[in-house]
This record gives sequence, C-alpha cells and structure tokens, in this order.
Amino acid sequence: MSKAKEVLLNPIFNDNPIALQILGICSALAVTGNLYITLIMCVALTTVVTLSNLSVSLIRNHIPTNIRIIVQISIIATLVMLVDEVLQAFDYESSKTLSVFVGLIVTNCIVMGRAEAFAMKNGPLMSAIDGFGNGLGYSVILIVIAIIREFVGAGTFYGIEIMPLTTNGGWYLANNFFLTPASSFFIIGFTIWALRQWKTEQIEEPEFKISKNSLEGEKGAA
Amino acid sequence: MNNNDTIRKTLIVAVSLCLVCSALISFSAVELRDLQEANKTLDKQSKILSAAGLLDEDTDVTELFQSIEARIVNLETGEFDSEISLTDYEESAFSRDPATSIELTSENDIALLKRRENFQTVYLHYDVDSLNAVILPVRGYGLWGTMKGYLALEPDLKTIIGLEFFDHKETPGLGGEIDNPKWKSIWKGKEVYSDSGDILISVIKGSVDKSSTLAKYQVDGLSGATITSNGVTNLLSFWLGDMGYGPLIDQLKQSEVKDV
Repeated sequence: MSKAKEVLLNPIFNDNPIALQILGICSALAVTGNLYITLIMCVALTTVVTLSNLSVSLIRNHIPTNIRIIVQISIIATLVMLVDEVLQAFDYESSKTLSVFVGLIVTNCIVMGRAEAFAMKNGPLMSAIDGFGNGLGYSVILIVIAIIREFVGAGTFYGIEIMPLTTNGGWYLANNFFLTPASSFFIIGFTIWALRQWKTEQIEEPEFKISKNSLEGEKGAA
Repeated sequence: MNNNDTIRKTLIVAVSLCLVCSALISFSAVELRDLQEANKTLDKQSKILSAAGLLDEDTDVTELFQSIEARIVNLETGEFDSEISLTDYEESAFSRDPATSIELTSENDIALLKRRENFQTVYLHYDVDSLNAVILPVRGYGLWGTMKGYLALEPDLKTIIGLEFFDHKETPGLGGEIDNPKWKSIWKGKEVYSDSGDILISVIKGSVDKSSTLAKYQVDGLSGATITSNGVTNLLSFWLGDMGYGPLIDQLKQSEVKDV
C-alpha cells in the first residue's frame, strides 16, 4: 500500500478516531438522532479537519513552539466559524437543528489531535489526506450510530418511513431511549466490540490483573 | 532551520495569524449576511403562514406572505401603534429594556417569562377585505427552554386555526413532538375562550373525552412530556389573558361590532 493510501484508509477501520483513539465522542452522542443532520455534521467536520491539517502543515515550520496550541486553535476556530456561516446561509434548517454543535467542532478532539499529532510533522498534502481520512473514519461511526438510532427511535431511514409509528396510526411503538443521546454510548460500545472482534489486533492488553482475593483463600482454608 | 522561539518571531506569527483569520471571518460574515437574513425571514414567514393554515407547497412563501399585514400592537391598551416601525421592532431587545417592558410578578408570570415587552408584532391576514386570521406570537417556558411559536385565530377571535412552534429545546421524540403534524392538526377548531370569556384552552394529560362538554377546549397531551404539555397550556393562558393579547382581542372585537 502506498503511503498516501495508507494515511487515507487507516483511520477508517484500523485506527478509527472514535473506535480506537476514543476521540470526538461528544458530537457522536449529540448529533446522531437523525441521519440527515449527521451527514451534514460529518461533512462539516471532515472539511474542518482536512483544511486545518492543511493550514497547520503549511505553516508548521514557522509556528513558535510556545504558542503552537494557540495557533492551531485559532486556525481551527476560524474554519469552524466559516463552516457555520456557510451552513447558515445555504442550509438554514440544518444549522438550526445543529445549533451549537457546529461551533463545538472547535473542541472536537479529533481536529486538534490530528493537527498536533500529524500536521505539525508532515507535509501539506499528506496532512490534508490524513485529515480527510480521519474525517471519514469519524463519519463511518457516526453514520452507523445515526442509522441505528433513527431506525429504532423513529422508525425511519433518512426520513423515509420504514416502520409506521403508533403516534402516526401505525404499529411500531418507538423506543424513545434511542432518541436520547445516552443511547449512543451503548451503540458506540457495541460498535467498538464488533470492530475488535473483526480486527483482533486492536484488543488492548489489560492494564492490570486482579490478583487472587486473599480473604477468599482464608475463608476456603477455614 | 530558523529559530522560531524568539519573541520577535512569536509576535509576528501571532499578529499575522490574527489578521488573516479575522479578515477571513469578516469577509465571509459580510458576504453571507444577506443570504442568512433572507433565510431567517423566510423561516419566520413560513411558520406564520403554516400556523394560519395558508402554507401551500406549490406557491412561494414570499408571495403568500404578501397577503399578510404585520402591525405593532401596544399590549397595555390593545391598540395598534404606528409610532414604532416594523423594522425597528425587535422582541428580544424590547423585552429586556425596562423602558419598553414590565417585570412580571410570580403571580401573573405563568409562562415563566420574567419580563414582558409592552409592544408586539401581530399578523393579520385579509381575504379580499374581511379579516381572515389573526396570528399572534406566543412564547413560554417548556422543559428545557423557551418555546416560541405562533397562534392563529379565526376572525371570531376564539377559534384556533393552528399553533406552530419555530424555536424550542424540548426533547426530540417526547416534548419535541409539539412539531408533530398530527398533534398540530388537532388544534384546529379548538376554542380558547368560554362564552363568559374565561380562558379554558388546555393540553390535558392523556386523550380528550370526546363526549365531555369541555372537549372543544382540550387538546390531547403529549405522552412522556407532561412538563412540555403544561408549558404549552401556560403560555397560551398567559398570552390570551389580560397580560398578553387580552386587550387587543377586546379592541378587535369592538372594532368589528362597529364595522357592522
């Protein structure tokens, strides 16, 4: 595999920002209630992370180390504000639903993480590819969560009715838990488990082993 | 490689980065402002039309909105005010400014607004020359935040045409069902005032008993969203009462009698 291909594809399954690096969970909980909104969010994040990696990489040799985090954040914040402005101008409905979460891309650990870990050390093209790849990795997980949540929670897929709800005169009683952000924890958990069953090299060594309970031993003796 | 960590270099990088970033943002904000404003107006107009049941998918919202007249009303007296221009009026600014708003006491603040502006924009829809609908902005606290919407009344000023919320923070699937078209459709034809003028409209817990004499004043509650349902009842009671549009409704009724 060429370097570029590796950088692009690795974050999707092998080194997924959400499933392996456990970054960017906050928005994975917040904006996955409905697939359309999720797609908008994925596009917004992928754009920001690609462009921020590109810009950070372009000026990486001129960034003074003591203000490098501030420089990165300024670039990211600028891009996020631009994306937010564009969204408000061209897709007002979605920007209303996403409201504060577009702004919160600034605090999304993936963007900052890639800028600091990759773009500061690599060339502009590679950095942009890495950003795009990580955006895709984030999107894959978000889309999976959104499909499950929308289907179980509202009986629809991309807004198209699959299971008619009882509230609309159908037979499916919606599981309201899936409409609440907390359900994403479970779905992310199961997704990580499934991914690690498939790619077993991602399973982490336990950090410590529970030693034998000494009291139990005594009890056994007594 | 140059040393980037000198004070001089640090300042140059910081200042030039700030300049580039702020230029980019200012440029986009200025360039896109018109589009954003147009979107906001369009959204508001379509909600007003939708509350009055006038929204038609085939016709342009701006075109439909031509038939609607916006008027500033003085909430104290219920009279139309022509001194404040429509473009100067801004609800949030007016409700904060002590000169143009009153503080609500805990007794009459049933919709939990804290302050109420003395002026509001109301929308009148005329069919040829006769009044066809009165659309009133309403708002009140739900579970997570203020729910803002429009209530449209028939010219008899007691029958509801529709209720539409354009901004709320209620839980999707529970309180968020205030946006459900099926639930919104049951508001049509409900009455707000009894014959003696009491405000009876309410969202009840469970389903409305159709045989009850109160059925025409009651709307099915949203299951799992009692606080949102109560919030809707409270905001309607507030805005239809003496502190809200009560004086305006009295005025409109009187002027109608005069016209006849």
